[in-house]
Amino acid sequence: MSASIVLFLMFVAVTLAITFWAARQHTGATSYFAAGRSITGWQNGLAVSGDYMSAASFLGIAGMIAFQGFDGFMYSVGFLVAYLTVLLIVAEPLRNAGKYTMADILAYRLNPRPVRAMASLSTLTVSTFYMIAQMVGAGALVSLLLKDSGIRYETAVTGVGVLMIIYVVFGGMLATTWVQIIKAILLLGGTLLLSILVLAYFGFRISAFFDAIGHVSYHQNGVLVTEDFLTPGLKFKPPYGALDLLSLGMALVFGTAGLPHILVRFYTVPDAKTARISVVWAMVLIGLFYILTTFLGFGAATIVGRDQISANGGTNMSAPLLAQDLGGDLFFAFIAAIAFATILAVVAGLTISASTSFAHDFYTNVIHHGRERAPGEEVRVARVTALVVGAVSILLAIVLGPNANVAFLVGLAFAVAASANLPVIVLSIFWKRFNTLGALAGLASGLLASIILILVSPSVMGVDPPMAANAVRHLIQRPALFPLENPGIVSIPLGFLGAIVGTFLSREPVHEGRFAELQVRGNTGLGAEKAISH
Amino acid sequence: MSEKLPRDSDSIDLTPEVGAGTDVAPLGHPTPKPSHERTADEERAGVDWQRLAATTEFQSLLRAKMRFVVPACFVSMIYYFALPLLVGYAPELLSRKVWGVLNVAYLFALSQFFMAWLVAALYIRAANRFDRQAKLIVEMAATHRNQGGR
Repeated sequence: MSASIVLFLMFVAVTLAITFWAARQHTGATSYFAAGRSITGWQNGLAVSGDYMSAASFLGIAGMIAFQGFDGFMYSVGFLVAYLTVLLIVAEPLRNAGKYTMADILAYRLNPRPVRAMASLSTLTVSTFYMIAQMVGAGALVSLLLKDSGIRYETAVTGVGVLMIIYVVFGGMLATTWVQIIKAILLLGGTLLLSILVLAYFGFRISAFFDAIGHVSYHQNGVLVTEDFLTPGLKFKPPYGALDLLSLGMALVFGTAGLPHILVRFYTVPDAKTARISVVWAMVLIGLFYILTTFLGFGAATIVGRDQISANGGTNMSAPLLAQDLGGDLFFAFIAAIAFATILAVVAGLTISASTSFAHDFYTNVIHHGRERAPGEEVRVARVTALVVGAVSILLAIVLGPNANVAFLVGLAFAVAASANLPVIVLSIFWKRFNTLGALAGLASGLLASIILILVSPSVMGVDPPMAANAVRHLIQRPALFPLENPGIVSIPLGFLGAIVGTFLSREPVHEGRFAELQVRGNTGLGAEKAISH
Repeated sequence: MSEKLPRDSDSIDLTPEVGAGTDVAPLGHPTPKPSHERTADEERAGVDWQRLAATTEFQSLLRAKMRFVVPACFVSMIYYFALPLLVGYAPELLSRKVWGVLNVAYLFALSQFFMAWLVAALYIRAANRFDRQAKLIVEMAATHRNQGGR
């Protein structure tokens, strides 16, 4: 088991070296917040992929497919198709008209202070939910994988948190970008290797592999059952399965284009054309990865088997256990180290985007009306915020404990992004009549609808049978009020509705000039923020 | 700011102004700054956005973009959402084995990846065209600023 620690420490050493290199590059806001806008297309493609493919994807989807077959693969599909929204609608206008954050484009032609305040709140909400899920996942993973080496959950969480703070406080966007790139290469490499080994197990005959998937056996309540794992409907069952699936699809496809930590990466490239190319690179890599989850998940289902996985730590261990069965303890250590690196890279990405939003949107623009009182103040505030955000996440993760059911937090993050952020971004870019009250109402209604509906969903509310000892318990022990796990199908329309109704209720006059400016800038790149010259 | 001198018809201030053509070299740039030296704010300052937005070139760029993006979004979203709809409401249809051991569900899900890649590739091709049109508009704005504007 200690081989995992050694490999992980090698990753940490390399990334710390990069952090200190990055810290000695040009200082200044553009350097800290946007890596000097010097990242190339393929680099940013890797960085976006790295930021996006979190432990939830790698471990979570493998686990879902291993336990419930085809339905888990629906997540994989949604995660990739979601990038079409980013490519066609959001990435280029954002890079052309904005500077450092998602709120830049919202505040463009609207009253900046209230809009930036709400957008900052939304960004912090999404990032916090995502982050807590990752931190708890990190701690839980360590306590499972390194049972024998005595590293406790609290130590693991603190370790990950401290490293993340170092990357962000000292290295800024340049360091976190390169951490993402390295992690993406490792993750893709490890997944490719694991997939090849799965195929090799079946003698490189795809037909044999899929034949085995059609006859997966495991014990359910002591009885041996055999199911066709390629059949849809094992997880999303009537009466609400179909609606839940649709809701999930909507949250993924609309939410990705509203995730602040993904959007902020498009400011790190020199121009909109590079941003577009980087999205396509990301789509190639992400698509490849999610197709390979077929081998990870179905491989774990057929080679390791549900029974084995349940006995050895549960669904999240599906991919590592597969690695162990196929490649021995060394390969297990490699995959485990990749899982840690994945979590670390993603939390760093979340922290930089949350602290950038606080410093640029809230501190400089809302509180100080867009003026820096001393040169370098914005960057200093961001560094301090990163420290605070890191410390709070460590504390929250320790308080929640390793058994907390936090998978719903990632789903919530997507739902909030889809319901609060995306409607306002789209309407801001395309609808001339859109105004400040519309933006505020849209952000508020999306935020509230998604949060409230998740709090009363089966993810949070449910009555557990009393026997479950170490298992995951619902936070509120009452029958769920809202039947769907994902609120997207209700909250996304509510977000749009709030934005539209708010617009019509307001008597703010239409700013033709500002809309014209946003249109021309967004579509031509005239006047876009440039890369700093070296 | 100059003080108001006491009104005296005989006294005229003869001190030379600093920066006069006969004195030292004129302050500031004699020619407009090249675009890579201008900040975003300076770029904005010289541009008449509404006039640019109203030009036929810009309107045709917008129309060309919409002609691609709107149908592309429609088609890809319909193709994508067909998957959860069919999985939810017609799982038996999707369970039919098609190509040996593979069923319709898995093949349809796999095809989504290729659909997304295809739409992305088509967009890249269309976007090269949009880039050319956008470049013309940017140049137009630059010449207008150099000629008439500030």
